[in-house]
Amino acid sequence: MRAWVVLIVSFSYLASLFGVAYWADKMRAKGKSLIRNPIVYALSLAVYCTAWTFYGSVGRAATHGIEFLAIYIGPTLSAPLWILILRKIIVISRSQRINSIADFISSRYGKSSTLGGLVTIIAIVAIIPYISLQLKAVSTSFELLTQQNSFVTKVLNGESFFADKAFYVAVILGLFTIFFGTRHLEAPEHHEGLVAAVAFESIVKLLAFLAVGIFVCFFLFDGFGDLFSQAMEVPDLHEMYNSSPSSSLRPWNWFWLNLISMFAILFLPRQFHVAVVENTNPNHVKKAIWLFPLYLLLINIFVIPIALGGRMFFPATPGIADTYVLQLPLENGQNLLALLVYIGGLSASTSMVIVATIALSIMASNNLIVPILLRTSIIKESFERDISSRLMGIRRLVIISILMIAYAYFSSLGQNRSLVSIGLISFVGVAQFAPSVLGGIFWRGGNRKGAIAGLLLGFIVWGFTLPFVSLLPDGATADSILENGVFGWGIFRPYALMGLEGMDQISHATFWSLFVNLGAYVFVSLLTSPSALEHSQANLFVNIYQLERTYQEKPIWKGKAYLFDIENLLARFLGPRRTETILNQYAAEKGIKLTKTKEVDFELINHAEKQLAGAIGAASARLLISSVVKEEPPKLREVMEALDETHQLMRYSKELEQKSDELRRASEKLQLANARLKEMDKLKNDFLTTVTHELRTPITSIRALTTIVHDNKDLDEAKRHEFLGIVIKECERISRLINQVLDLEKMESGHAEWNLTEVDMLEIVSSTASSIKGICKERNIKLIENYPDSIPLIIGDRDRLVQVVMNLLSNAVKFCDHEKGEIKVTLELKEEKIQLMVQDNGIGLKKEVLPYIFDKFSQFTDLKSGRPHGSGLGLSITWRIVHLHKGSISVESKENHGASFLVELPLEKKIKSPSRFSVP
Amino acid sequence: MSATIPQYRILIVDDEPNIVLAIEFLMKQAGYEVAKAYNGLEALEKVNEFKPHLIILDVMMPHMDGFEVARTLRQDDSYFNTKIIFLTAQGTDRDMAKGYGSGGDIYLTKPFDNKELTTIVQEITEYELN
Repeated sequence: MRAWVVLIVSFSYLASLFGVAYWADKMRAKGKSLIRNPIVYALSLAVYCTAWTFYGSVGRAATHGIEFLAIYIGPTLSAPLWILILRKIIVISRSQRINSIADFISSRYGKSSTLGGLVTIIAIVAIIPYISLQLKAVSTSFELLTQQNSFVTKVLNGESFFADKAFYVAVILGLFTIFFGTRHLEAPEHHEGLVAAVAFESIVKLLAFLAVGIFVCFFLFDGFGDLFSQAMEVPDLHEMYNSSPSSSLRPWNWFWLNLISMFAILFLPRQFHVAVVENTNPNHVKKAIWLFPLYLLLINIFVIPIALGGRMFFPATPGIADTYVLQLPLENGQNLLALLVYIGGLSASTSMVIVATIALSIMASNNLIVPILLRTSIIKESFERDISSRLMGIRRLVIISILMIAYAYFSSLGQNRSLVSIGLISFVGVAQFAPSVLGGIFWRGGNRKGAIAGLLLGFIVWGFTLPFVSLLPDGATADSILENGVFGWGIFRPYALMGLEGMDQISHATFWSLFVNLGAYVFVSLLTSPSALEHSQANLFVNIYQLERTYQEKPIWKGKAYLFDIENLLARFLGPRRTETILNQYAAEKGIKLTKTKEVDFELINHAEKQLAGAIGAASARLLISSVVKEEPPKLREVMEALDETHQLMRYSKELEQKSDELRRASEKLQLANARLKEMDKLKNDFLTTVTHELRTPITSIRALTTIVHDNKDLDEAKRHEFLGIVIKECERISRLINQVLDLEKMESGHAEWNLTEVDMLEIVSSTASSIKGICKERNIKLIENYPDSIPLIIGDRDRLVQVVMNLLSNAVKFCDHEKGEIKVTLELKEEKIQLMVQDNGIGLKKEVLPYIFDKFSQFTDLKSGRPHGSGLGLSITWRIVHLHKGSISVESKENHGASFLVELPLEKKIKSPSRFSVP
Repeated sequence: MSATIPQYRILIVDDEPNIVLAIEFLMKQAGYEVAKAYNGLEALEKVNEFKPHLIILDVMMPHMDGFEVARTLRQDDSYFNTKIIFLTAQGTDRDMAKGYGSGGDIYLTKPFDNKELTTIVQEITEYELN
């Protein structure tokens, strides 16, 4: 076939695409949109099927069996999920005027320009090999059609730069894309012409493929049955389609292929563009979930027959299986059909290249170039100028650059390595967006730092395991790296990272890149906290359905701005005419009049931000708007109020709960402390009352008696002596009281001095008892002593222990019966304890006071019970001394039947240091 | 302050023997007939026995406190006119109210002034005798 014929046909086809686009735009202007239609929407999704599908599937099927199906089964299986995922993404993107996947991720994570840039870079790097594949397909098919005989030799010999048709294809497609995609800067309406053209191309490629399929099946062979039965007679083919699954067909590899193709159908920039950005109605998704799989089924139905037919027709050259679709009609003299097939392949390539480069150019200009320009303030300086045309220039430059890089990749790529998986390399690269996007719309906890960490790590692993290897020049270095790892480090082998072997290259790369990506995303998100804006965006994305309605009315910008500034800003990026239209429309919708010098409300600011975001991306738009709004970005509290009332309330009530919990605990503590204070206050009062009483009593007698002595100069000597004697004793009593108070205080505060020695309780008890013998005789009290012959020594403070015995004995003397007093003192060793029992036969103690008898002053609080003589501190001091010797003291008594005190002192527990003497 | 009224009897009740001793001396010096008791129960016994015109009564005592003694006496018509002087170390308003409520006539706090006590006793007896 002559080259000029093919060229004319090619350009005619491209021209007809323009025709379709032009027609669609015209219809839109008339108000009859062609693309507001679920069928057109589903067809536009078929931009998924590229030259790779058109030529590559047959090639793959001819050499590897049914493996090619994986990347169509993935989207088919996941299509029902689009209702949950895709529809939500669409609704979010509409409300946020998102125009690319980079914009989407950036927007979700606090309108981060870093993330937007990162996603853009990943997308460009991932997609360029894919675009280069299309260039190769177009140029190869063109050559095949025009110089078919030299094709095989040409592939083997390689191509020179200028002889390479791929370069021209790149330039032509670039120009075509520029005409197509960069007529409007911002995307308020949709690229209706583009979408219509893409849908049209989907029909063309499907028809072309079906035509060649029918030709092979029904003209070269006698239907499916004939074709298959003939094929199964060829041993190679029989084995390929009947034997147990080959290595590339293992279930896990299928799983990974399905997974990345599920992600690719949503997150490839071109898919995102047609499925989300160009979507006119979220409900179209409902129809697309069965229409699109149907399209995939149709375009794949003849793949295996054509592949088998090709293998049987060209048994000697399985290497050219990628071109069977074209070769079969050509070889059979069906030039017209071959031309149709060529057009079908061209349509598959052009639709992909056009949409992909437009999507990438929007991402690159909005998320890479404009933010950089804004940062370097090039745009700010030229404040008065309309820079919308400059932005358009940037986009056109980006389109050409992408195609040139794709061409460079194509020509530098080792032609014999991994050519088939070039598309899959892109798929795995694009799958890196999955954690950030899916996490972003379902998990409010995902934050900017997590997304950046995940994307960056996933991207690095992907780069290392896939494109890095494919770009390695053949030779010893490459082989050594593949076998021994980078720098000979075994864990850095590109096909067996961390020693993970036994997976094919794509599965291996997918597993590792998504593993580190997801891991980093979740982990970093959990560890770090989001900013206010991230928080509100996260809430908006995750709860879009609940918030969609209210979102419009809620103020995001709390500041003030002048219409003049807003208008200037819009005009700079959108052009003056478009700006006027936007503002007039807004005024008309709201029924208000806009005055240039007046301040505008937040609604207009929001509206302006969205319009601007449609043109230059969310992050840049926010940056620009914030430069004219006279206030800082929304504060956390305001954003919470605006967007997050439920969450706020929940947190608030949780906080409240916590607070009231804390309060309750605090008040319990307070109550306890209060009770303790009250008790202590009461003790203090008791103490004061007792001490006062105890002081007043001797002072009373001292005063009365000294006054008598003083007033009666003629008092006889005996009386005077008696009275003064009493005065002296009462003074001693006062000193004793004071000493006891001080003593107790010292013991309680742990400042008492202890003189620890080995002491003999027998000696202490007997000598103390004999010291009261006199008073017993005087009062006619019978003292009965019961001691063993000897008793083990214990460690203790002798004077204190004497004090204990003395206290008990003098109490017994005080309380025993006045007429027939009897005191029994018993000392014995029992169960490793020294027991001292002091019993009297006196008035005894009331049952009620028994539990308190050893409390300081407690026995005095019930005055009616009758009060023992003495300071009232005696038993308290006794208790303390006994306990400091690790012993115990108890009392048994019945009213009017005497009392008996029992002191037990342990033998073994030695008292080592006074500092351990702490008693509650 | 000489012994002019031999028929007038005073009972001194206190659990502190030294205080009893001092008051006894003062009252005898003033010419009264004196009896002593060292706790509440003993006081009630002595009252029946001694039929005092006036009781100098301590409050805090073993067995039965002074208030109880006073209340018991006031329930008996024969002691309705017996004067009671509380003499106590407890001098709060509440204690005084309790003292008057239980039937005391005078409330004095310890330590007391010898002359004050003697004067009060004398004034009461003079009023009684007139």
